[in-house]
Amino acid sequence: MTSKLTDGITAGRLPGEVIGANFADLHPAYDAHEALVAADRCYFCHDAPCMTACPTSIDIPLFIRQIATGTEEAAAKTILEQNILGGMCARVCPTETLCEEVCVREVAEGKPVEIGRLQRFATDSLMAAGVHPFERAETTGKSVAVVGAGPAGLSCAHRLAMLGHDVVIFEARAKSGGLNEFGIAAYKSTDDFAQAEVDWLLKIGGIEIRHGQRLGSEISLQGLGEDFDAVFLGMGLAGVNALGLDEKDGVSAAVDFIAELRQAEDLAALPVGRRVVVVGGGMTAVDAGVQAKLLGAEEVTIVYRRGKEAMAASEFEQDLAAQKGVRIIHNATPVGVEGNGSLSGVRFAYTETQDGKLVTLDEGFTLAADQLFQAIGQKIDGVPDDLSVEGGKITVSATGATSKAGVWAGGDCASGGDDLTVTAVAEGRDAAMDIHARLTGAAG
Amino acid sequence: MADLTSDFLGIKSPNPFWLASAPPTDKEYNVRRAFEAGWGGVVWKTLGMEGPPVVNVNGPRYGAIWGADRRLLGLNNIELITDRPLEVNLEEMARVKADYPDRALIASIMVPCEEAAWKAILPRVAETGADGIELNFGCPHGMSERGMGSAVGQVPEYIEMVTRWCKQYYDKPVIVKLTPNITDIRKPAAAARNGGADAVSLINTINSITAVDLDQMCPQPTIDGKGSHGGYCGPAVKPIALSMVSEIARAQATHGLPISGIGGVTTWRDAAEFMALGCGNVQVCTAAMTYGFKIVQEMISGLSQWMDEKGYTSTSDFVGMAVPNVTDWQYLNLNHITKARIDQDACIKCGRCYAACEDTSHQAITMSPERVFEVQDDECVACNLCVNVCPVEDCITMETLAPGMVDERTGKVVEEDYANWTTHPNNPMASAAE
Repeated sequence: MTSKLTDGITAGRLPGEVIGANFADLHPAYDAHEALVAADRCYFCHDAPCMTACPTSIDIPLFIRQIATGTEEAAAKTILEQNILGGMCARVCPTETLCEEVCVREVAEGKPVEIGRLQRFATDSLMAAGVHPFERAETTGKSVAVVGAGPAGLSCAHRLAMLGHDVVIFEARAKSGGLNEFGIAAYKSTDDFAQAEVDWLLKIGGIEIRHGQRLGSEISLQGLGEDFDAVFLGMGLAGVNALGLDEKDGVSAAVDFIAELRQAEDLAALPVGRRVVVVGGGMTAVDAGVQAKLLGAEEVTIVYRRGKEAMAASEFEQDLAAQKGVRIIHNATPVGVEGNGSLSGVRFAYTETQDGKLVTLDEGFTLAADQLFQAIGQKIDGVPDDLSVEGGKITVSATGATSKAGVWAGGDCASGGDDLTVTAVAEGRDAAMDIHARLTGAAG
Repeated sequence: MADLTSDFLGIKSPNPFWLASAPPTDKEYNVRRAFEAGWGGVVWKTLGMEGPPVVNVNGPRYGAIWGADRRLLGLNNIELITDRPLEVNLEEMARVKADYPDRALIASIMVPCEEAAWKAILPRVAETGADGIELNFGCPHGMSERGMGSAVGQVPEYIEMVTRWCKQYYDKPVIVKLTPNITDIRKPAAAARNGGADAVSLINTINSITAVDLDQMCPQPTIDGKGSHGGYCGPAVKPIALSMVSEIARAQATHGLPISGIGGVTTWRDAAEFMALGCGNVQVCTAAMTYGFKIVQEMISGLSQWMDEKGYTSTSDFVGMAVPNVTDWQYLNLNHITKARIDQDACIKCGRCYAACEDTSHQAITMSPERVFEVQDDECVACNLCVNVCPVEDCITMETLAPGMVDERTGKVVEEDYANWTTHPNNPMASAAE
């Protein structure tokens, strides 16, 4: 019988009901009264700092007041006008580093208004009612190709469709949603929320999604440019950075583990190692590490090459990892793997920052491991040659225009931004407005 | 621990907290529980005349207003006087009084405005051993349609007449309970005194509709699609009650008339405020109806602690102490100049003071790009709105300018002397100070 202590990568380390409980909603939804009480804590600040901190500039005091007065569907509209994926963002936004970090009650009491959960209350209410609060403008006769059905692409497509343009989304995978569907810890998006949100978003009409269409394979930028009046690239970062270690069974990319987990029909049937090591310091590293632990791994260690303060994972995420029993080791980098065919351990060397430069020291340690996840970042997978690139991403203007006329880009594949869902939504939306301006001659 | 013993009109009670005539005091069961919980006295739910008792509606009798987290702020009721037979109430009162001789027990009465009706009921009430009576001239709903309750309280002549009958046919103290549904509360109070009343109690409830059902398009509480105004009480009415109490306490015609304070008393502090404005004791209803009888324990401990801190040994030490400081607007010192001061360390930068001042007041607060809010003394009229809307207590305060300083708004030097509107040059009625 498989247990926590079984060596190797195997399924069924925990009973199904325990796994079910482990992957329950991280921030359970408010009931109506809880929402009223939480809403009442908002001070309706003048020129509110939370609103400024939100990448999509949602009018947070207004939507919270709308909740407080019993009009949560109006609250949802306030949110969705700025951020059509407000439902997912309510679940995955690192609010502790955005709106809630600057909430005056966080500053004053260390206890912010729970903006994320209130946003979820509002958007869930509207979606539960099956309402899509926006209507398409009269058709413009213009068509736009959107590459990638992730947050940036969906946001861009919705705004364009709303403005009356016809949109075709080309998505490489068999399902829409991008990282919302494949790249977020399962306990942040339960009950197949990502797909439900896409279905709801498409109710605007005027958007067609074609799956299995990868840029550079089935479609080309040139071809899209010929067939459509404008092109928006929002294909994210499909490539994965590798550590450059020897090949071993048990070494894989954290994003693949996360995607596999999200798509699993039965989490109890999903194999995981007894001793899992994750290398990296971002949200992906934490998502992989925590979920490995929740599946029943006995030991999970995240190893990051720099100090705690340099971790891209938020303070909240780091605390979550600690709370779930995941150890985080700072200032160490992998230098080799051990094992005969299958992984049995990972060798690390300590690091130190000297004169602003990260230096690998001679001293180190070895962690026993039968599974290693690499979570040291993703990279763009194939940029059409004629687009200019900076820092490995497509160069864009403030409104998402690339170096090539008629082509816009946004989300993780585009320069700027901070690789958050909410940023991608903002970029998709803003690019759509710029595209609309160009297509209708409304540009100033 | 301070002595809370109360002597109101010679009626002794272990503390000044009485339960007002209302549903909590409708029967023996409740009143015994109230006394066990520690209440100093009880005004029994209003008795009507002999015969078939009144009936109540069989739908909702109450409606409410709530604050955050559904805290009950205001309660409205359309319940009538006791709907139990007079005989039953009288028997229960006698039993309870016999068992709790140290507690105050007052009979509230409402019978028609006819001498015979009062003459008939008063001896029977006297037989119960009750410590006094309270004349219900206050209930604004139902009974008022039948010429009783507030219908009497709104006509000073009736108050005086009925009070006189009661003093004639009853030996113990007579308290007249006043309705606030009147323009000048001093008139009915003076009428009560003229009739020989030993005290007044106020306020009874205020005419109210708590809400409108926007689906049925009718007032709440709703009885089969219709609603009727009720009587409003609870924390929301306290400011109105305090003002009316103070009017009676300081008016020449009623000054010195004992007052039993009623209207939103919820905590020991509320009670202390009513008493500071001249009330010998207080009566409570909504707080007990919201939280149960146990709240009296907080009132007792809180009032006692405050009295100890202030060095008061008896409640009579502070009753009425605030009355001399209630005055007319025209006597307020116009040379008293204050300015708002924002404690930057306490400020949480919500900007509510700025929004309030900029949008609705005097544009006397500036906001920097770093969200630092500062008072502009040359615009600040010291209206206090910023203090009131600030969510942080004591973050914004009013600083008094000392004589000799310059008020930057007017450019004038602050004068030491008191000066009010009656002598102000802009007042066409001004009389030169002699």
